[in-house]
Amino acid sequence: MKNRIIKKSRLAPQVYDFVIENEQIAAKARPGQFIVARAHEKGERIPLTIADLYKDSFRMVVRGVGKTTYELCMMNENDVLSDVTGPLGNPSEIAYFGNVMLVGGGVGIATLLPIAKELKKHGNKLHVILGGRSKEYVIMLDEFEKIADELIITTDDGSFGIKGVVTDGMDLVMNKSKIEVAWAVGPTIMMKFCSLKAKELGLKIWVSLNPIMVDGTGMCGACRVTVDGQLKFACVDGPEFDGTKVDWDELLVRLSQYRDEEELSLRKFKESVGDLSWL
Amino acid sequence: MKPTLKKTPMPEQEPQHRVKNFFEVALGYSEEQAVTEAKRCLQCPAHPCVSGCPVGIDIPGFIKKIKERDFKESARILKKYNNLPAICGRVCPQEVQCEERCVVGKIPGSEPVAIGRLERFVADWEADNVKERTVDPTVPKGKKVAVVGSGPAGLTAAADLAKMGYSVDVFETLHKPGGVLVYGIPEFRLPKSIVEREVKYVESLSVKIHLNTPVGKSISVDELLKDYDAIFIGVGAGTPKFMKIPGTNLNGVYSANEFLTRVNLMKAYLFPEYDTPVKKGNNIVVVGGGNVAMDAARSALRLGAKSVVVVYRRTEQEMPARREEYLHAVEEGIRFRWLTQPLRYIGDEKGKVIGVECISMELGEPDESGRRRPIPIEDSRFVIEADMVIEAIGTDANRFLLSQFKGLSLNKYGYIVVDSETYATTLRKVFAGGDIVTGAATVIEAMGAGKKAAFWIDRFLSGEYDPWR
Ligand SMILES: Cc1cc2nc3c(=O)[nH]c(=O)nc-3n(C[C@H](O)[C@H](O)[C@H](O)COP(=O)(O)OP(=O)(O)OC[C@H]3O[C@@H](n4cnc5c(N)ncnc54)[C@H](O)[C@@H]3O)c2cc1C
Ligand SMILES: Cc1cc2nc3c(=O)[nH]c(=O)nc-3n(C[C@H](O)[C@H](O)[C@H](O)COP(=O)(O)OP(=O)(O)OC[C@H]3O[C@@H](n4cnc5c(N)ncnc54)[C@H](O)[C@@H]3O)c2cc1C
Ligand code: SF4
Ligand code: FES
Repeated sequence: MKNRIIKKSRLAPQVYDFVIENEQIAAKARPGQFIVARAHEKGERIPLTIADLYKDSFRMVVRGVGKTTYELCMMNENDVLSDVTGPLGNPSEIAYFGNVMLVGGGVGIATLLPIAKELKKHGNKLHVILGGRSKEYVIMLDEFEKIADELIITTDDGSFGIKGVVTDGMDLVMNKSKIEVAWAVGPTIMMKFCSLKAKELGLKIWVSLNPIMVDGTGMCGACRVTVDGQLKFACVDGPEFDGTKVDWDELLVRLSQYRDEEELSLRKFKESVGDLSWL
Repeated sequence: MKPTLKKTPMPEQEPQHRVKNFFEVALGYSEEQAVTEAKRCLQCPAHPCVSGCPVGIDIPGFIKKIKERDFKESARILKKYNNLPAICGRVCPQEVQCEERCVVGKIPGSEPVAIGRLERFVADWEADNVKERTVDPTVPKGKKVAVVGSGPAGLTAAADLAKMGYSVDVFETLHKPGGVLVYGIPEFRLPKSIVEREVKYVESLSVKIHLNTPVGKSISVDELLKDYDAIFIGVGAGTPKFMKIPGTNLNGVYSANEFLTRVNLMKAYLFPEYDTPVKKGNNIVVVGGGNVAMDAARSALRLGAKSVVVVYRRTEQEMPARREEYLHAVEEGIRFRWLTQPLRYIGDEKGKVIGVECISMELGEPDESGRRRPIPIEDSRFVIEADMVIEAIGTDANRFLLSQFKGLSLNKYGYIVVDSETYATTLRKVFAGGDIVTGAATVIEAMGAGKKAAFWIDRFLSGEYDPWR
């Protein structure tokens, strides 16, 4: 059945891995693209990256940060999402480059995985840096171990890999290898600092932007970002852009636009379902 | 009997009540009122009203049946021409179409017959009273047509083709069918239950509507060309324009499309019962002078704004909004600043909009549109305080499908080039109509295009005429 949750598993606290039945998306999606999902009839439309593809289904990884993502994380196998639209956005521009650096943080690691696999298929050498708050948040490690030619882990608290941030890992990679191009996907603030670092190093860097979206088809302009001084719609012009040209501070401010409403929504939700820390 | 000079008035919610709710403003005629109004029609032999209707409804015919109280037959006549009459009766600009040409309106001091209100009455009467809507059986033609987009153009083409016996698949990228009817036009002008009802009717004709299906992404153009005998593109002009003045990306600055989509499609006026939020400003500036600006302004007011100001760079005479909508807005307390152009949005240190710097304009020589061109007056800058701004300055072509269609000619604005008679595009088997051909226009024009395209698609598929030969 379309949009049924075939499989669900926990990757980290409040981070869940889903396989969703949807033939159309499975047949058409390419690395770098996303879907827009709605959990139920009164739900919000939220964008989520397509993390992998199977015969009649696709994979997505969801981190609970607000009402909708918590609701998704609480859904179970055989539940059905009310709507899934996709694939949306432009696929990543993948070719043979040589040495490629891939930087992932948080659930951005899931976005990075299909890009990494496709780059590998094209014969690139992958220098991968994965970062997280602590050991348990560095997700999908085993999957990256299989394809990475070099793998560096950084954690804020030093519970695993290097104690530090992903940009420290970027320095380490650059010291050893000549990198042709990089991808960075993760929290906006991480992508900002990766881009600043890349600019300093003279490195071409792709980032996958995650502004607030509504339709995901270029119809509303909610997702507008400034790139190279131009107004762009992330859903149809992106989601990947040259990180050195993105107006990061504007994006960060725009992401906070609905903070009051988000808090209200989540508070009401918690009142009805109780404590969520177990998730 | 001489007809009364004025239209039979239609009951409306009082302005002081309606600004606090999203229920429909106009309440519709009772049977008595409808019959009274129908009697004003002269059944004149020339019936110029019909030529004013983009779908050529037999206007005297359906009005005559109202007069005779045969509402069922009246509805049948109406439906022969118009698949979505309850919608058209509510949102068509009748004052520049059928009613503009009505003979009764030419009598000095007289208003035309209220054709739109009568159309609405009949459609609503049918919905309330005729439970089983009979669909005439058709002989299947054994051919398949794909319709891209479920706005009025797509729905009309789909319904007509289905009635002719074609097997029709409609593809829509959003999670609800209807196009602008569901995401743009607000509940208080066009209740969504009415759109749903009309869509159900189209589905009852065996049209299959596939939601959440972005053509060009989840279905490729090549697949459509391979699997269908003909394609109709009705994807609309849904990409919002921005003035691109400084401060456009401040928090609190919306395109009308985003604001209205949140409010209508996502029901943000019922947040937090519905999950999608929308900002509720106190002092709101709406930029533009069309129907979209009126809808945005009136919606903002209903969300609880203290003050809503519409700024428009020309004057009341030039504004493109329907007169009725403008008057409704004025009644509700929306203020207008004519000859005013925003120059930049002013933000606070948190990146939130707090004001709009404007400049006063004066009208100069007529421009290519025939309207007098607004020219800025030097040293006339001033600031309007605002915690929310909605830009309603027009839309462009929907982008992501057209970029995939190789061989489809577009004009310099990005709209599809079609043969004005047959609606055939430059690509074999592919027809197009509605806003994606004309640029933002009206519901009825989109429906007219869908109807004519369906006619020519039938002629093409039955081998009677080949627009590409
Ligand atoms: C192209 C794209 C791909 C994405 N892929 C994934 C993914 O694979 N997995 C995943 O878990 N998340 C992904 N996101 C982010 C996800 O869409 C948001 O976390 C989600 O919309 C939050 O909804 P909510 O109701 O749970 O939280 P809300 O209560 O709406 O928001 C809670 C917090 O999340 C932030 N937020 C809100 N909307 C977004 C947004 N669209 N993007 C980023 N932060 C947001 C807010 O600023 C706020 O701090 C992606 C976003 C985009 C634009
Ligand atoms: C706020 C507002 C108020 C208006 N008020 C009035 C009024 O009072 N009276 C009036 O006559 N007109 C009014 N109009 C104009 C009128 O709504 C439009 O002219 C009309 O809807 C155009 O119809 P359409 O079928 O061409 O396109 P649309 O209604 O735009 O429908 C196009 C549909 O195609 C879908 N689509 C786009 N791309 C794809 C794709 N690749 N794959 C699948 N689906 C796709 C879209 O999601 C959309 O649902 C108003 C417009 C707005 C925005
Ligand atoms: S022009 Fe006016 S009076 Fe004549 S048929 Fe049409 S509606 Fe009736
Ligand atoms: S999300 Fe609406 S235009 Fe990008």
